[in-house]
Formats: sequence, structure tokens, C-alpha cells
Amino acid sequence: MSIIVGEETKLVISGLTGREGTFHGMRNREYGTDLVAGVTPKKGGQDVEGVPIFDTIKEAVEEKGANTSMVFVPARFAGAAINEAIDAGVETVIAITEGIPVHDMLATYWKAKEKGVALIGPNCPGALSPGKANVGIIPAQFFDKGRIGVVSKSGTLTYQIGNELKQAGEGNSSIVGIGGDPIVGSDFIDILGLYEADDETELIVMVGEIGGDAEERAADYIADNVSKPVVAYIAGFTAPPGKQMGHAGAIISGSSGTAEAKKEALEAKGVRVGKSPTEAAQIAVEVLAQQA
Amino acid sequence: MDLLEYQGKELFARHDVPVPSGKVAHDVKAAVEAAEEIGYPCVVKAQVLIGGRGKAGGIKVAGDRAEAEAAAEAILGMDITGPHGEGPFTVHQVWIEEASDIESEYYFSFILDRSTKKVLAMLSTTGGMDVEAIAEEDPDALAKVHIDPGKGFDVAAAKELASEAGIPAEFQDKTAELISKLHDGFGAEDATLIEVNPLIVTVEGDVIALDAKVTIDNSALYRHEELAELEDDSLDDPQEQMAHEKNLTYVKLDGDIGILGNGAGLCMSTLDVVAQAGGDPANFLDAGGGSKADAVVDALEVITSDQKVKAILFNIFGGITRCDEVAKGIIEATERLDLKHPLVVRLDGTNSEEGLKLLAEAGLDNLHQEKTMLGAAEKVVELAKAAG
Repeated sequence: MSIIVGEETKLVISGLTGREGTFHGMRNREYGTDLVAGVTPKKGGQDVEGVPIFDTIKEAVEEKGANTSMVFVPARFAGAAINEAIDAGVETVIAITEGIPVHDMLATYWKAKEKGVALIGPNCPGALSPGKANVGIIPAQFFDKGRIGVVSKSGTLTYQIGNELKQAGEGNSSIVGIGGDPIVGSDFIDILGLYEADDETELIVMVGEIGGDAEERAADYIADNVSKPVVAYIAGFTAPPGKQMGHAGAIISGSSGTAEAKKEALEAKGVRVGKSPTEAAQIAVEVLAQQA
Repeated sequence: MDLLEYQGKELFARHDVPVPSGKVAHDVKAAVEAAEEIGYPCVVKAQVLIGGRGKAGGIKVAGDRAEAEAAAEAILGMDITGPHGEGPFTVHQVWIEEASDIESEYYFSFILDRSTKKVLAMLSTTGGMDVEAIAEEDPDALAKVHIDPGKGFDVAAAKELASEAGIPAEFQDKTAELISKLHDGFGAEDATLIEVNPLIVTVEGDVIALDAKVTIDNSALYRHEELAELEDDSLDDPQEQMAHEKNLTYVKLDGDIGILGNGAGLCMSTLDVVAQAGGDPANFLDAGGGSKADAVVDALEVITSDQKVKAILFNIFGGITRCDEVAKGIIEATERLDLKHPLVVRLDGTNSEEGLKLLAEAGLDNLHQEKTMLGAAEKVVELAKAAG
């Protein structure tokens, strides 16, 4: 089935008329994604290489049946574009834009929850279901169709691991970049739950990095809710101890947020953690071979 | 962006949160003038972005002019290392403020809680001490409330928290009023952390914020001109300053292997594999998505200005970044900067074949190509050791 994006995806892109928006939008379309519309206020009626442009996302939903929105507009306008997509009635919003103020995201996060919209990002590379659809900036050529689901905070690190899996003859059901911002629409646990329910996914690779406690919470979630094998990689073991401002951060998370703390939390729940992207990919291949 | 104590207090004052009056000074003369104006006793406080200033000797009470002068002389220019080994940070400024007669000390904070996606308020009557230890040993001593997004945190809500924390009834109103004003400031200034430790009750019965730790969301600085203009005191290091000017994400480390990667995750991962191969990274440098040739030249200039660097590793996995652009940058930088450092280059991803071809054609003597990330890490460690 794959998750987040697939054959059923009908994509509308906010910011399609911009230079980057056009570039990645067309790449997504060439890959086979059903790109039905673009949205830029006051440019309704125009088109970008045959893709109709509307003034609002609502019009794109009503006239073209868009069910997934990608937000590719500058940070100052991105929060409003995400909110507009949520109100317009799409099922999924994928926000690529980097640098959206965190207080804006706080309000938007709860708005998406309330309306039952799956929000991915912001500041993420998007989602790819090989052979079906690509929404975002993930270079699809490094990923084959297959049985490993990938969920990651980091873009380039995901490409690295995907490429290692491909060289080992494995492919992916989906690849989801959740982004590394303090407030993201979907956490590891949201995506882990979707992979657990996805019949094409046999193993999950989770790519984390220092900061926050999403990996620690994922470890607890996996122990209670995920029956499929999970292999993890965490980046940032050599990162210098950041200046800690005050004590509040440590008090609430009960975790130092270091790579070591995350590795320990995951291993304590039976998740194997690779010490390099290469090793994580090797472990994934090994685990699948044992299951066969 | 972390604010110094005095910058935090200025922010508090803008939202009518009571703080002791004071002045900032960059040299001893100005510090003494400030002390004279404020009157005695006053407190001379080192302005650095870490905790543990008091224990390190960075906070002194002055009873007269001579003591103020001695305190400023001792504190300005001193190096302070944080309780978790951060820094050292050199003190460039002191904040001189009127001394307060303290009756009680509380702990208070607002923090953006990433797990619950809500703002969390925490209040305790055990201020001024090691709150982390208290939170662990006696969690009940810390009253917490997650604030519903979209709703404010009015005086009534704050008073409920004050009551739960065990603040004496006679001080609850003033404490609640202060906390509610801080909440206004938290949202209006796009803060992600406000910590007041201690929040004090004076012998006169006033409730005052005696310290201020404030973090502002960098992404929101565009709508806070007065904060964006504050001088950034955290960039003591010449390379970090240079990288900042060139708009590169750079963190200095103490090793001898320069690192350049694209994307924060891959770059952190590169540091890890170099360390695993027995090397010591000299820096973290994320050239970012879509790195163009000029950015690569800038990055190499920053990396090689660190005299400790003996060899450099390029680890690029091109997504948006095009490897041929990176290769052009490497060739250009080698010529422009007359680079002699051994360079290990691993290019993979978008246009990697074109990039590798350009590098091969350039025939640079000091350049070594590696196919894998692990192979590249091992090679650069070997070259750095040979150069040592």
C-alpha cells in the first residue's frame, strides 16, 4: 500500500509558480505523481507547463479533486499556506519550507490535529513511495520499490541510507522525511504506526539525530505497538555539548537529548542501532535475511 | 538565539515584568560610573550565556566604589566554563544592578514542550538551587501546567499554579501577575524558553525577576527588529565569526580534520564516522542544500583559516545539491586559496559522475577520491596522521 503518498495522491502545490516550486513540482510530475494544480494568489487562470494555477487551495480541491497539498512558499507565508490547506479539506499536507516560526507551527499543529489532517514537516524533504508518487525534494533515483519503510529527521542522511539499501538489493515501501524542527506535524511514532499497518512494509528504518526526545518516545512506542523489526541510526555522537540554557529542557524531557541517550533508549527496547549509516543498512538487510 | 541576562531583563521590562534596575558596562570605568549611579550595595554580574556564573566568581556584591571597581576588574575578561563543560566563555560585559533584599527564592519557567506541542509552565518554591536535582528527587515540589494552545494564561490561571506550587497566600497575587505578564512576553517575543531562577520575594514583599534566561526562535527574528539587532556575544571564535558573515553553519571543534558535508544530519554523521576511524574533527560545517561553487569556496576558506587543520574531508550526497557544482567549487578554491591541504572527496548522488570527471580532469595533486563514506573517513584520518 505504501504510506502518506501513493497512486491515489492528487497533488496541489502552493508556490508552484516560483523557481524552486516549478523545478521540484515538475520533477514530481515526471516521476509519475498526479500533479493536478498549483496555487498562487492572483495568478489563477495561468498554468505552469500545463498544470492549472488557482488563486486558492479550495478551488483546486473543488475543481481538480486535490487531496494532498505541498507547501513550497517562503517561510513568512508558509504558515498561512498550511492553514489554508487544512481548511480547504485536503487529507495530507507536506510542508517543505524551512524557517517557519515555531509559535506559528504550534497553532497550526493543533489545527491539523483537530481537522484530522496528516501534516508532514515543515523543514522536511517530503515523502516518496517508489514506483508510485514523489512529493517533495527527495531524489527518487536512489530508491527502489521494496519492503523497507524509512522515516527520518534528516534529508541527506536518508539519501545516504537509501542508497546503501539499494546497493544491497533492497528497496522501500515509502520514505518519509518528518523534518528536524522543534514542532513537526508528524513525529516518529505517527509514521511508525502507519508502517506497522502497511502491508508492503516488512521492516522499518528510523533515522534520528540529537535534540529533543522524539527518539526516546519512539522507543517506548515500538515496545508497545510495533511488531515489525525496527533498525535505527542516530547522528551526532561527536557533537559538542551544546550550551544549555537553564534547566527547563532537561526537567521536562528527562533526557539529555544526546545521541548516546537515544541509542541506549532504543536498545533497551530491543531496537538495533547501527553506528554508521552503512552499518544500519547492513543490519536491516541481515534482519530481513534471517526472517526469510 | 539566547539572550544575555540583561537583554532578557530588558525584554521583561518591555512587558511590565518587575526587574531590578541596572546598567550594562563594557569596561571598568563604565562599570564604576554605573555603580555610582545605581548606588550601593549593588551587584556586578558577568554577562555570559551559561549557568554557574556565581560559583565561578562571576557575580559579586559591591558595598562601595572601590569594591565595585575591584569586582568589575576581576570579572571583565575572565573566562567562565559552564557546569557541563561548556565554553570557556570570556566575559565582555557586566550588568550592574541594585542589590535586592531576598526573603524567598522561587523557580519559574515557560518552555515550548516539543513532546506535547504545548507551552509548559513550571513553578517551584525551591528556587536558586539545583532544580534539576529537585525535579528528579522530589517531583511534587515542582508544579507544572501545560497551557492549552490558543488560550492565554491569565492571572487566575497563574494563581492556580502558584497555589499548587505552595507559594504562601500573601505572595500568590503578585507572583501570578508577574507570571501572566511573562506569558504575554513569551508569545509576543517569539520565545521558546523563559526561565527565571530565582524569582524572588523581597523583604518589602515585592515579587521580582532576579535572573533571566531567554531563548528566542531564530526563525521569527524577522518580526523582531530590536532583538535581531542585538550584538551576538557567542561568536568569540574567529572562524565562527567568519562563517557567520558568510552565512554558513559552522561549529568549531578541537581536532585537526576539517569537515564539509551537505545537510546537518549527514554532516553530523560524517563527524561520527571520522571519530570512529580514529580521527578528531576540527569542525562541523553544513554547506546546506543546493550548495553552489561560491559556497564551497567560502566554506574552504573558513575551514583552512583554522591553523590546526591538517586534512579536509568533503562528504557530499547530492539531492538538491549538484555534485558538479561542488566539484567546480573545490577546483576553484584550490586555485584561489592556493590550497596545499590533503583533500579527501566523496561525491555521490545528483550529477556525481560529472563532478568526479571534473575533479579527475583538474588533476589536483592533493586530492584523493573515495567511493564510500567510511572509506573516505579512513583515508582522511590516515592523511591527517601522516601530515602531523
